[in-house]
Amino acid sequence: MTQATLGQTLGALVQRDFKIAYRNRGELANPLLFYIIVMTLFAFGVGPDPAQLREVAPGIIWVAALLATLLALNGLFRSDFEDGSLEQLIMSAQPIPILLLGKVLVHWSVTGLPLLLITPFLAMLMHLDGPALGVLLLSLLVGTPILSLIGSVGGALTVGVRRGSLLLALIVLPLYIPVLIFGTSAVQAAASGLPVAGQIYLLSSMFVLALTLTPIAAAAALRISVN
Amino acid sequence: MLEARHLDCIRGNQTLFMGLNCTVSRGEILHVQGPNGCGKTTLLRILCGITLAESGLVLWCGKDIRSNRAEFYSELAYVGHSHGIKLELTPRENLRMSMVLSGRDNAAGLAQALDQVGLSGSEDIPCASLSAGQRRRVALGRLYLTPATVWILDEPLSAIDQAGSAEFESLLCRHAGNGGITVLTGHQELSVSGQSITNLSLPA
Repeated sequence: MTQATLGQTLGALVQRDFKIAYRNRGELANPLLFYIIVMTLFAFGVGPDPAQLREVAPGIIWVAALLATLLALNGLFRSDFEDGSLEQLIMSAQPIPILLLGKVLVHWSVTGLPLLLITPFLAMLMHLDGPALGVLLLSLLVGTPILSLIGSVGGALTVGVRRGSLLLALIVLPLYIPVLIFGTSAVQAAASGLPVAGQIYLLSSMFVLALTLTPIAAAAALRISVN
Repeated sequence: MLEARHLDCIRGNQTLFMGLNCTVSRGEILHVQGPNGCGKTTLLRILCGITLAESGLVLWCGKDIRSNRAEFYSELAYVGHSHGIKLELTPRENLRMSMVLSGRDNAAGLAQALDQVGLSGSEDIPCASLSAGQRRRVALGRLYLTPATVWILDEPLSAIDQAGSAEFESLLCRHAGNGGITVLTGHQELSVSGQSITNLSLPA
């Protein structure tokens, strides 16, 4: 018998979660569809004036992406909690925060990344182009993982609560606000030709902070939830 | 040696047990018995460290399990009431994951375990299409693969047929013979030849 290292365990967990996501791919379409619908409706609702659309686009795209992420969060730990896999996970001899990081990585790859990939097309609908579009994608690339990481703490806290989705939203939305503010302000600055480095640096530091701290909080929250 | 000291357990406003002491040494099997709702599952979860007792300690080799989690969990295999398997995955994929989580990676052992647990022929069918008994067998398959000394099993034989029960009993015998510790619940009498079973009855 060979000993499994932390890397192998993490690899197996990531592979397993990707497989499960692939076999349930119908469910994955929901947040993406939500995102597309909201963006399309706004494009019709705001009216055909390109200047007006361009002005409101950063805020709307960011809010829609944020809500789509929130919609997907409920599924992060729910099924693992219900079928007992979560107990098995937290009884692993490997450090739980690292394993949770793997779970969040998969979750972001199947929910956050598709949003990012479809955004250029939706941005066309909002007449957002040029440097502003590049900055929008960059801010979403840094920002949506933060949303998933913070969301993992909320998801871990509420997984044991029946109908916990409203509670989940109440817990994570205040923590999402800084990300939303700096994300949209970066895009707005880029649209007006101003430098955006400051906002992007701030988002990046939030990302690093979330990456290092949220797995520890989520692991502790899961211990409470399975109690 | 797994030891519980002065465990008190209160769920809601109902006292399940007070001042419970028990010790399981290497090579012993502890069969927790009692009527439905008397706290068997809760006791097992407390012994695993996933549920907190109102007061009291669980010690593994003389050390509190809550402050030596990694050490205890590398020695523990738990088969709970919920199987802990993913219905989207096949038995082979599920057992591979359990094995890696318990700190091993052994492809030959995996094939052998699937055979021993009676799942050869259905190892590549998603668990969602398997019967309740077969899913239980997948969960029990973990025990063939784990290097753990302590097995905590919550009604391991629910939905398992007679041949499966006999196979499971011989597995328990081997585990006890190798110096393993087993704590289990269940309403069936176990026949394990040559090994002693200690009964622990919880009050109603």
